[in-house]
Amino acid sequence: MYDAAIIGAGIIGSNIARELSKYDLKVILLEKDNDVSNGTTKANSGIVHAGYDAEPGTLKAKFNVLGNEMYEKLCRELEVPFRRIGSLVVATKEEDMETIEQLYAKGKANGVPDMKILSKEEAQKLESNLSDNIAGALYAATAGIVGSWEFAIALAENAVDNGVELRLNSEVKDIQKLEESYRLITASGEIQTKYVINAAGLFADAIHNMVSTPTFEIIPNRGQYQLFDKNSGKHVNTVVFQCPTKHGKGVVVLPTVHYNLLVGPNAEAVDSKDALDTSKEGMGFIKEKAKESVKGIRFNEVITSFSGLRAKTPSGDFIIEESKGAKGFINVAAIDSPGLTAAPAIAEYVVNLLKDIAGEFNINKNFRPNRRPSVQFAALSDEEKMKLIEKDPRYGRIICRCENITEGEIVDIIKRNAGATTVDGVKRRARPGSGRCQGGFCSPWVMEILARELNININEIVKDGKNSYILTEATKQPQVQLQEA
Amino acid sequence: MLHYDVVVIGGGPAGLAAAIEAKKNGIDSILVIERDRELGGILQQCIHNGFGLHVFKEELTGPEYAERFIIELEEMGIEYKLDTMVLSITKDKKVTAINTSDGLMDIDAKAIVLAMGCRERTRGAINIPGSRPAGVFTAGTAQRFVNMEGYMVGKKVVILGTGDIGLIMARRMVLEGAEVLGVLARRSYPAGLTRNVVQCLEDYNIPLLLSHTVVGIEGKDRLKGVIIAQTDKNRRPIAGTEKYVECDTLLLSVGLIPENELSKGAEIELDDATGGPIVNESMETSAEGIFACGNVVHVHDIVDWVTEESQRAGKSAAKYVKNQLHSDSIEVYTQAGTGIGYVVPQRIKLDHIENALSLFMRVDKIYKDIHIVVKADDKPIKKIKKVFSTPAEMETVKVPMHILKGQEVKKITVEIQNEEA
Repeated sequence: MYDAAIIGAGIIGSNIARELSKYDLKVILLEKDNDVSNGTTKANSGIVHAGYDAEPGTLKAKFNVLGNEMYEKLCRELEVPFRRIGSLVVATKEEDMETIEQLYAKGKANGVPDMKILSKEEAQKLESNLSDNIAGALYAATAGIVGSWEFAIALAENAVDNGVELRLNSEVKDIQKLEESYRLITASGEIQTKYVINAAGLFADAIHNMVSTPTFEIIPNRGQYQLFDKNSGKHVNTVVFQCPTKHGKGVVVLPTVHYNLLVGPNAEAVDSKDALDTSKEGMGFIKEKAKESVKGIRFNEVITSFSGLRAKTPSGDFIIEESKGAKGFINVAAIDSPGLTAAPAIAEYVVNLLKDIAGEFNINKNFRPNRRPSVQFAALSDEEKMKLIEKDPRYGRIICRCENITEGEIVDIIKRNAGATTVDGVKRRARPGSGRCQGGFCSPWVMEILARELNININEIVKDGKNSYILTEATKQPQVQLQEA
Repeated sequence: MLHYDVVVIGGGPAGLAAAIEAKKNGIDSILVIERDRELGGILQQCIHNGFGLHVFKEELTGPEYAERFIIELEEMGIEYKLDTMVLSITKDKKVTAINTSDGLMDIDAKAIVLAMGCRERTRGAINIPGSRPAGVFTAGTAQRFVNMEGYMVGKKVVILGTGDIGLIMARRMVLEGAEVLGVLARRSYPAGLTRNVVQCLEDYNIPLLLSHTVVGIEGKDRLKGVIIAQTDKNRRPIAGTEKYVECDTLLLSVGLIPENELSKGAEIELDDATGGPIVNESMETSAEGIFACGNVVHVHDIVDWVTEESQRAGKSAAKYVKNQLHSDSIEVYTQAGTGIGYVVPQRIKLDHIENALSLFMRVDKIYKDIHIVVKADDKPIKKIKKVFSTPAEMETVKVPMHILKGQEVKKITVEIQNEEA
């Protein structure tokens, strides 16, 4: 019997798992996919918002500001790339300045520190590629950027390091309410647990409906993005938002933690929860819209485009509460923006909710906040590089020539808890394939390493999901008959 | 710190030929650095024949062509390091490289030859909308899987792009038992060599769909199908002509990009038209003593021309090391005029040319019955009649030196003129 089962290993489930691992509890983290961080967490803007956007008094407002403050410590503990680079909300026309004032006021009400309303000149001084005809901007120093999937992966790994059981390929098919517990019927077997935490993202409504009459609905809303070559990575230095209008929030132009440029997203209703396509219209919209706030974006340097789905609910706010229809079943649902920012604060709150229901928990005396240290080879000094290669020659073999990633780093991320088993899993953790050749050169090598380390055949390696096979069967073998002399 | 006279970056056909030629011209201290596990570069995965018709006057496979140079290199005792990656070069010719046995190496070179080749344009770069399933490969990556790793990449194949690798892979997939539903060209003519269109598509009854492109990709995990559409004369898809084609594999042969990240690090001037370094007649880049050859300079149609160009680069590097490449002469600029996509070399020191100035270029579209005209400061100095010219094939024009001798030329332009003109 588990104390708690968390359904969904995205940014929310992983944060909660890691937070629960601080206590002496038997916790299982269930994930339907073959990797953690594989839903909305792997396709979003990666922004740590300052917190002026949400309506004062909402859960979004509360957890945004609280979560933002928690990022430094967490990302330091877990070695996750995070930079507090500040954000600008750009007024693209004079009447937008009214909205800027309103955002400033909301920020004040929400407790956002270090905001300033900038004139056109001040804004352009800070960000030289802003469009020529902007009217001004709201600057918020506390906004930042984070590797969102790297964060979730690190949290899941550290949770497992600290005793949480992670079970992949375990879609929850049904939940039975027992006397004092729940039985979860999953794709990988049945488990029994005292408490359930529903962090199933886009599918949180379906999971909740297994134990209760429906109380909320999750509606997918798609956002498309374009990612640019590192040549464009310094086009902006802050997160550049556009003023929200009644027509939408506008698109964001920002650098990523790995110094690429990211432009997007649009917002569009879709009818399916796996409608992860990009469209010509969507990409066209992003391109046109981005020009309103930032000039000179070199769209011929796009290296890839992708889509993410927001888990929205009509009421607009996060849903974080014990289900009214099911005791001990906590919903953490409708976590759309600023969900990534809020996630650490949400996790603390959820653990407190659980304590309210279950009573105090014993501390896990063996909790270690750090992951096994990792090596970022490219960032080492020459001396450190030499030493490392001497100790482990695999750090002397560059696999990804675009990002200079070594075999040593790739083997390391395969060998970790919650480690990589797929080509995209390797890419999300160590970045080979994220560069300008998009894996053209390194994917055969990455597959060879995966096959060797996981001790499976190379044609069993998948790109991402479990049916995303890359190779089919072996080629024809030579039919040479050697004649005895 | 290691010291070499000539460091060659890349052990493909360009690097091999350059190193051998440098040795033949009296340089003994040479190092070839190759990132793969064997020499030969992309030739090793090109197991089809058709290589060497000009250089060896016989038809070889890619590995056979490479082998000839590898044997010569080894017989000459030229040093090389495999499984070794160059991390950076500087304009004062310091090379940083890394491998598992030597660790991190600082190498001081008197001359450097850049021979890094090119990479393939990807799906992301051409912005095909849709989902992101497995089963979408660049043709060269698929070629590596099939020919080097020994695994097929799919059963029902659509190929976008008629670059030579795409054409070659169409045939290869059929030979391995796959069904190739069609090879699509965005333009009204194929981008690859005519002989490849004939030998790889026509001989195997593979449909060639001119003026077509892929406008959508479908499938969640593995590719399920693509949406194709006809294109107009500006190569844009025509609305209403979309058609769904069920397939599990899409190969992309949509262009090659010279790999110049190292060159950029050394602040070497690049040509927007070629994507490669600006070079002079000696294949020297804007950085003194740094030479470049092969597909890192401009994408070639056949490897024989890579060999020829790289021999010039190797010879020049040797001369440079021996202090024989000095010149106070003024550089002449070349310019791509009407109908010409680019001209290599971009700069010329006329007194370095022995017999004839060789200009390499590609036309910007298909032409019939034209003249390729070379002008020195607007004065025609050479005219070649062409019945047919296509961007798929590199054109060469040789201008004998006696025409240029003693003239004060500033600019040499190449352009296309209609026959009547």
